[in-house]
Amino acid sequence: MSGPLIPDPTAPLTPSGNLRRRQIVSRAAEVSATGAAVIALAALVLVLWSVVDRGANAISFDFLFKGYPEGVGPMLLGTLAISVYATLIAMPIGVLLALYISEYSGAKGAGTLKLILDLLNGLPSIILGLFAFIFIVSPQQEQTAFAGAVALAIIELPLIARGSQEVLQLVPKHLREASDALGVARWRTVLSVILPSALGGIVTSTVLAVARAAGETAPLILTTSNGDPKSFSINPFEALPNVPTWIFKVSEEGSEAGYAEAWGMALVLVFIILVTSLGARALLARSKRKLSSS
Amino acid sequence: MSASASAAARAPGHGARVSLLRKRADRLGDRAIFGICLLAALLAAGTIFLVGYQIVDGAMPAINKFGLGFVTDTTWQPNFGKFGAGALLFGTAITSAFALLLGAPIAIAIGLFLTLLAPKGLAAVIGPLVELLAAIPSVILGFWGLVVLAPYVQSKEPFLHDKIGFIPIFGGPQTTGLSIFTASLLLTIMVIPIIASISRDLFRSVPPELQDGAAALGATRWEVVRGIVLPTTSSGVIAACILGLGRALGEAIAVSQVIGAGAEIQSNLFAPGSTLAAQIALQFPGALTELHKASLFYCGVILLVIGLAANLGAGWIGRRFGYAGAVSR
Repeated sequence: MSGPLIPDPTAPLTPSGNLRRRQIVSRAAEVSATGAAVIALAALVLVLWSVVDRGANAISFDFLFKGYPEGVGPMLLGTLAISVYATLIAMPIGVLLALYISEYSGAKGAGTLKLILDLLNGLPSIILGLFAFIFIVSPQQEQTAFAGAVALAIIELPLIARGSQEVLQLVPKHLREASDALGVARWRTVLSVILPSALGGIVTSTVLAVARAAGETAPLILTTSNGDPKSFSINPFEALPNVPTWIFKVSEEGSEAGYAEAWGMALVLVFIILVTSLGARALLARSKRKLSSS
Repeated sequence: MSASASAAARAPGHGARVSLLRKRADRLGDRAIFGICLLAALLAAGTIFLVGYQIVDGAMPAINKFGLGFVTDTTWQPNFGKFGAGALLFGTAITSAFALLLGAPIAIAIGLFLTLLAPKGLAAVIGPLVELLAAIPSVILGFWGLVVLAPYVQSKEPFLHDKIGFIPIFGGPQTTGLSIFTASLLLTIMVIPIIASISRDLFRSVPPELQDGAAALGATRWEVVRGIVLPTTSSGVIAACILGLGRALGEAIAVSQVIGAGAEIQSNLFAPGSTLAAQIALQFPGALTELHKASLFYCGVILLVIGLAANLGAGWIGRRFGYAGAVSR
């Protein structure tokens, strides 16, 4: 009864031969894809764990709010100030640029501008440091927070412009048409209909850009790396101490003396950046959903 | 201005009722807002040319002195006024290639996992977490590399030398852990989120009918990926890899913290080295002579050319094969 043409009806239904091989290959691919995701998450967890584990001890009231050497208040304030200046430069330009792309330029102009924004976005940040150095620091013969802010603004600009433009694109057409039908001039439509309905998305895109720029180091070591770590200052026309260049300096010196402070600062910076970018992402997704459903 | 004219033309019977003053204000407002928007656009476009011009201008003394030979010359001796970017170019190529070879398969696999394997809720959590990897500032990643990763690599090095030391790049003497290898690992971490998020978006755009069709014909999951998903998105995935490469080539800070500042070409992954971007970050603040600074600017020029070429190339591949939207995000 074991002829090859008559299958054994009692045999279990398991694949054999070629099908079995194919299923094993597929299974292996699934496992390795899952493994890849686990590797990436493990890297994230390892880095964050080191920062939290080693930085948490340093955190105290004095550490956050006093000048060096008791604390790192001036660096935190400097980073905040430089980020604010950069955003003050980048946000108006970015939003207007986004408006130009979505309202005025034709498809061709939009394509060119988007290409330029992508190129700006792809510039290595050290290049922008060199640029700010030769364009602003070198003629003045001194480092200024303003020079650093200009470099960071160039980093933020494409992020703000692309983000805002995507949101502006989602503003429902019928809002514009209703406004046109009422005989409202274009500029009034832009200011009172289009911008307000896209405002939430624009602000969150800006916050994301700031979170990205706040940790940038390369432009700052060439433009504002020798600030006085003892004095609290937000004067844009002098070098301000700041968190990224300080951490960089500690790791350059290679002595373990400053490591505890550096870990503490890293924890503060990472915490702020991760919380704001996660929050902004969630808000952005929400306002995009709201816009496209209205 | 043509836009404002057409806006006015689209509102018939509008002008008759409103006062002349209002009309004039509207015309002025239309022009003003168009003008400042145009100004912003011109400013952004001008910025990129200004950056390019200034960097080349800063490099001029070195360009005049060394010419194109700078690119291939491998001596970098600031004390003797001799500069050549050959070794730096080599270090840049090695670290980036290593990061891409290791990172791209992982990142593409993550993209596949997020689109095809993970349940929707899980993907919605893991996707943003992978992207968070890109949000960690490079200086902190570099600091972690210096304090945590480098000693670990150093402790594992003898094992690698023993087991696969017969391959020249894994051989060589014991070092400090600050090496091309460690720098490449950090770059891998930085490249993964970029490629993963773009390829996830690409894989999502593959028509489900095609995948369902293949599955209905009896293809396994891997065969659907191999036969449908990857071929339809291959150009976009390549473009994503080029963008990741551009990121790795230009990273200065994290690399300079862990690469150990070597100056020569080494045939060993565990030797210290340097890259174009890292060299600028390491030496520019302490550069004393004009020629030294100009040479670092020359490195910047090379970096700028490579970076722009990578971005234009990725954009071109994306447009040429129809995935521009997904690639340029």
